[in-house]
Amino acid sequence: MTTFLGVPLHRKPAPELSHPDPLRGSESFPRAARHELANTQLRANLAHATATIRAKRAQVVAEVPEWEALRDAGSAIKADVMVRLPELLAQLEDSVTARGGVVHWARDADEANRIVTELVQATGEKEVIKVKSMATQEIGLNEALEDAGIAALETDLAELIVQLGHDKPSHILVPAIHRNRAEIREIFLREMADAPADLTDEPRVLAMAARAHLRRKFLQSKVAISGANFAIADTGTLAVVESEGNGRMCLTLPETLITVMGIEKLLPTWQDLEVFMQLLPRSSTGERMNPYTSMWTGVTPGDGPQQFHLVLLDNGRTRALADEVGRAALHCIRCSACLNVCPVYERTGGHAYGSVYPGPIGAVLTPQLTGTTGHGDPNASLPYASTLCGACYEVCPVKIDIPSLLVMLRARMVDEDRSRRIPDGWSAAMKAASWVMSDAGRFAAAEKLTGVGRLVAGKKGRISSLPFPASKWTAARDLPAPPAETFRTWWARERGDQL
Amino acid sequence: MRIALFATCIGDSLFPQAPRATVRVLERLGHRVLFPVDQVCCGQMHINTGYLAEALPVVREHVRTFSPVLTGEWDAIVAPSGSCTGSIRHQQAMVARRYGDEALADDAQAVASHTYELSELLVDVLGVTDVGAYFPHRVTYHPTCHSLRMLHVGDKPLRLLREVEGIQLTELPNAESCCGFGGTFALKNADTSTAMLADKMAAVKTTGAEVLTAGDYSCLMHIGGGLSRTRAGVRTMHLAEILAAEKSTAPAASDAAVGQAVR
Repeated sequence: MTTFLGVPLHRKPAPELSHPDPLRGSESFPRAARHELANTQLRANLAHATATIRAKRAQVVAEVPEWEALRDAGSAIKADVMVRLPELLAQLEDSVTARGGVVHWARDADEANRIVTELVQATGEKEVIKVKSMATQEIGLNEALEDAGIAALETDLAELIVQLGHDKPSHILVPAIHRNRAEIREIFLREMADAPADLTDEPRVLAMAARAHLRRKFLQSKVAISGANFAIADTGTLAVVESEGNGRMCLTLPETLITVMGIEKLLPTWQDLEVFMQLLPRSSTGERMNPYTSMWTGVTPGDGPQQFHLVLLDNGRTRALADEVGRAALHCIRCSACLNVCPVYERTGGHAYGSVYPGPIGAVLTPQLTGTTGHGDPNASLPYASTLCGACYEVCPVKIDIPSLLVMLRARMVDEDRSRRIPDGWSAAMKAASWVMSDAGRFAAAEKLTGVGRLVAGKKGRISSLPFPASKWTAARDLPAPPAETFRTWWARERGDQL
Repeated sequence: MRIALFATCIGDSLFPQAPRATVRVLERLGHRVLFPVDQVCCGQMHINTGYLAEALPVVREHVRTFSPVLTGEWDAIVAPSGSCTGSIRHQQAMVARRYGDEALADDAQAVASHTYELSELLVDVLGVTDVGAYFPHRVTYHPTCHSLRMLHVGDKPLRLLREVEGIQLTELPNAESCCGFGGTFALKNADTSTAMLADKMAAVKTTGAEVLTAGDYSCLMHIGGGLSRTRAGVRTMHLAEILAAEKSTAPAASDAAVGQAVR
């Protein structure tokens, strides 16, 4: 096999998609965020849910004295995997094949969707059940199957709610975090044919209705599709971690299992799982131990699915891998701890990011997977969707320095724009500021202009209205009147002799 | 000690009360403060907005201005800002390296190793927590993100504040949550920034404090701008200003009503 490590090519936004691009929204983050911020239900749900899970995570992480050493180990294992990815992938292919599985390679979403569709068609089935999976979200698999006349049923409760609501997931782990129980009841009554007529909005009642609905599907279905949290190169073992048991049903009951996995999900050896099985549950759901951990190695005669296909998905990953800084984003194990602590995500929710990967990790991963096509590309706005507060880096179980990656990507966006003939306001202002701020004489001269600010402020001592773009500031905040005397002037007057 | 002051660009131009208070605190403790007049800015605004090429000359000028610390002309450099100190320590060398200037990167790192945020200098280097301040007001403290997560100053600012005579410190709920400033984030993502600001102001109000303090005037400009707009009745002061306050100079509450009253 070959892994492409050359100059990344830009993936142009496909103009005639029949379905929305799972990795690119239709408007920039600031615009999309404006709509989401006005959704009071979303704000209340997110504030409550993120605060709860943050506290839970903090508590169980604090119990582990060697947590920092575990993070270091997780980070080191992932860095090693990235460096040895081609050989490890070949090893995985050999191990899976030796145990009776079939390995397929998919360069991009279209190729992966075609492979999976053909595999399902070969079984003659028209309905498949699905384990919650980000990789299949990323490639829009359900929509592709639908186009081929195959119905894909999500079996993760929250994912089912999203699917029945004809909605998009807004969180990696808790895709229906933006919905409340009254909304879920409505969705079930409207979309789930076998929902009891007297359905209430009690969580237990809702869960039982979904359980009854899903149980029938588990027992009927001949084909299941999953993602994978980990794949072990030397044994060919795949692992899925989940907390409902619905994934376990999908992974064990059907005759055919098709797993779509990003190529970065690899671990070299079985022993490496030890580190991640400690890091992942505490980081993601705040649990000490993951409730349902399913592992399978190829095909076991007479037990579980008798056909196993593994589709290894690139879809922009080698593009990200080619960048030695940016590749750190591929270390991500999709725990979503960074979403839960992010003050931006907490307010805007996931839809504002326009990608199935929202939050801090989405802001660094999405533009790297897709590439960006310049200023107007919504994904070019993602690296700016952060105050660089650093909360994400602090909780990341594999120590991805997301703030530094964001800065690096901002620099890339700026550099891509340098070729534009007419610079925009930002770059003109930044160039001017650079000239002023690289010389104390020029800066001191510029400081004299703040006298204008004192005039604007007048007797009130504050500035409440300024023209664009400073109006973005004064829309919600005052500015104090500039001081009568800068520090520099005061120092020269008071301590001139000490120069 | 001979301590070179990095006033920071916004400290010099918009909030001179912070560097002036820094001078007062350090001189009161018996140290000699110097102000290298060629200084301007650490480059953080350019770096964090992605304009690394434009940041390079700013970084170069900063490192040149403060490199005398390497030959022993001063014993340390202090900045009344967590985020500027963070940028000096964690970003300047990266910018130099990106443009292939290894010598500048090395110098930047060396200068950075002598550069301290105010609470770090006081507690870690000078070994004091009681700086002889008097400030009889109800105060709450916001730990700014970069001082907390880039510098890991921990409770050093609070240890300094607890020793201030007359102070009534109240705990800020969700203190570690970002205020929404984020430099140009406040303009590029003004709506999200405002949503974060609203929550921070609500938290500040629950404390009943009349003064909100922090180690960064950039964040204080943001939160203070919102408090001023909503006439919240809470004023903002830099940590250095509170530490500089004495019985003879402690300002009446009305003196500093709108941000900047330079005393």
